[in-house]
Amino acid sequence: WVPVVGLEIHAQISSNSKLFSGSQVQFAAPPNSLVSFFDASLPGTLPVLNRRCVEAAVMTGLALNCSINKKSLFDRKHYFYADLPAGYQITQQRVPIAVNGSLSYSLCVDNKMSQMVTKTVRIKQIQLEQDSGKSLHDDARSQTLIDLNRAGVGLMEVVMEPDMCCGEEAAAAVRELQLILQTLGSSQAIMAEGQLRVDANVSVHHPGEPYGVRTEVKNINSMRFLAKAVDYEIQRQIEELENGGTILNETRAFDSKLGCTIPMRDKEGKQDYRFMPEPNLPPLILYDARSLPVDMNHQQVVNIDWIRERLPDLPSVTRAKLVELYGILPEHSFTLLNEDGLAEYFENVIKKTQMKPKKVIGWILNDLLSYLKQHALTVKESPVSSFLLADLLNLLEKREISSSAAKQVLEELWKGEGKTPLEIVKEKKLELIQDQKELEQICQAVIDGQEDEVMAIKAGNLKVLNKLIGLVQRATRGRSNPVLVKQILEKKLSE
Amino acid sequence: ETVTVAVLDHLEHLALVDFRNAEGVERLQKAIQFADQLHEVNTEGIQPMDSVLEDRCLYLREDDVTEGNCTKELLKNAREKIEEYFVAPPGNIPLPKLEERDTFLQGS
Repeated sequence: WVPVVGLEIHAQISSNSKLFSGSQVQFAAPPNSLVSFFDASLPGTLPVLNRRCVEAAVMTGLALNCSINKKSLFDRKHYFYADLPAGYQITQQRVPIAVNGSLSYSLCVDNKMSQMVTKTVRIKQIQLEQDSGKSLHDDARSQTLIDLNRAGVGLMEVVMEPDMCCGEEAAAAVRELQLILQTLGSSQAIMAEGQLRVDANVSVHHPGEPYGVRTEVKNINSMRFLAKAVDYEIQRQIEELENGGTILNETRAFDSKLGCTIPMRDKEGKQDYRFMPEPNLPPLILYDARSLPVDMNHQQVVNIDWIRERLPDLPSVTRAKLVELYGILPEHSFTLLNEDGLAEYFENVIKKTQMKPKKVIGWILNDLLSYLKQHALTVKESPVSSFLLADLLNLLEKREISSSAAKQVLEELWKGEGKTPLEIVKEKKLELIQDQKELEQICQAVIDGQEDEVMAIKAGNLKVLNKLIGLVQRATRGRSNPVLVKQILEKKLSE
Repeated sequence: ETVTVAVLDHLEHLALVDFRNAEGVERLQKAIQFADQLHEVNTEGIQPMDSVLEDRCLYLREDDVTEGNCTKELLKNAREKIEEYFVAPPGNIPLPKLEERDTFLQGS
């Protein structure tokens, strides 16, 4: 069975005001307070296009390697629903603003971070369209409460071709898109606030045969559920077909509690959206350096080349730069960019420490990140700042403390009591023993107490030496330099 | 060529219009016939025009907040409201199937 997965992603444009009106865009405001007469579809109102929304769509199109249509058109998509007061949504069905792009994303093979594969999904198109209002269903009183604050907010619909084959790929592609949107600033893409909504189109077929009937899965509210929903639907379809059943071309909703997809109440049959050109909006014309009109007001001109020149580094470029600049592994760069603020934190530590980046990255990913995850903290909320960590790593680098002592200091630093690493080292007496004689005495004591091990080493079993080193470490409570200890022990044992 | 009952039923479902009687359907037929005269014009190779505004400049507005904050006024239009929300029925109530509704189309 070959599963086929395509995605339709709606990203709310990050702008002050709405796509076609001047009411504010804001999450969680008093109901119906951010609604203009146009948003409420009162007669006599007309749509007026927001320049910022156009720029956001162009930026996104360029970042996804699309061809930007210098002339794109607006259409009306008609359907009846209480949260769509006009009875139609203004969208771009015939000629959208951007087409034919691609998105590259990476996956771990077999869950091993060390083996990453790069995949590509084609972007069919990006279109500008209006968001609808919000419906709050009150089944108990058999009514729906309508809040139009969201009605008319600008959306970019990104259509991904069915190039994906499972939940993992879908989630990875969406994650990369999310990072790109956040880097561009065209959308904050916070799924939890409904700024990024994903619908999945799923079908299965046998290799060599034509594509199977597809279903649309809606109501996916998080990245985690996206993978689950897609995989569940693939399984459901396979089982249904293997049992001799058929797949209906229907819309299904993902039930996160039950972990399955269920048919949405489809009392009305197939929708006929009766697309028609939006008569109140002329075509949207975009310019580039060559076609720039001389006599037009700058404020009325959207210049694709001007926008392209100002695109920030995309996540893939930033990752490559981190790998090249600091010699870290590609999978490290993924983790750095996956956590908001972590790459910046890493670079701040590098700036303030002499320790090599390849060593620093271990502390960032293993010690810092795991602690943050355990306590569900973001990088910004970290009780250990990049300065403190850099200080600590410097002590380690200067061999004033051992690496196990450093871990102990870090434990203390997490408490966020305001002590510096040096203060903690002094307090807990964690400095490495610098006195050669003292070290030699301790080593001798360990040798004297471990006759069997000494014999084994002298007989040629050198691995046992590590046990002795460990014992010295314990005896010194981590205050001995293992390299030095090994030298001393080897010298003593060869005498 | 007449408009079929299936199409009329589909239109009543979609647009919630009510053809009401034979006269209504006849009016629709005549309107379609009138518009069909457009087919006499040879439009091969010509892009369709969908608006006389096609040469106009699409005005771009600055991204400033200039309206909203008129909850009270908007809710004045609502027959039913609860705490500044509009109240609507629980979902779309679709038009009953042709066989089940009281329409003259049934007889056709």
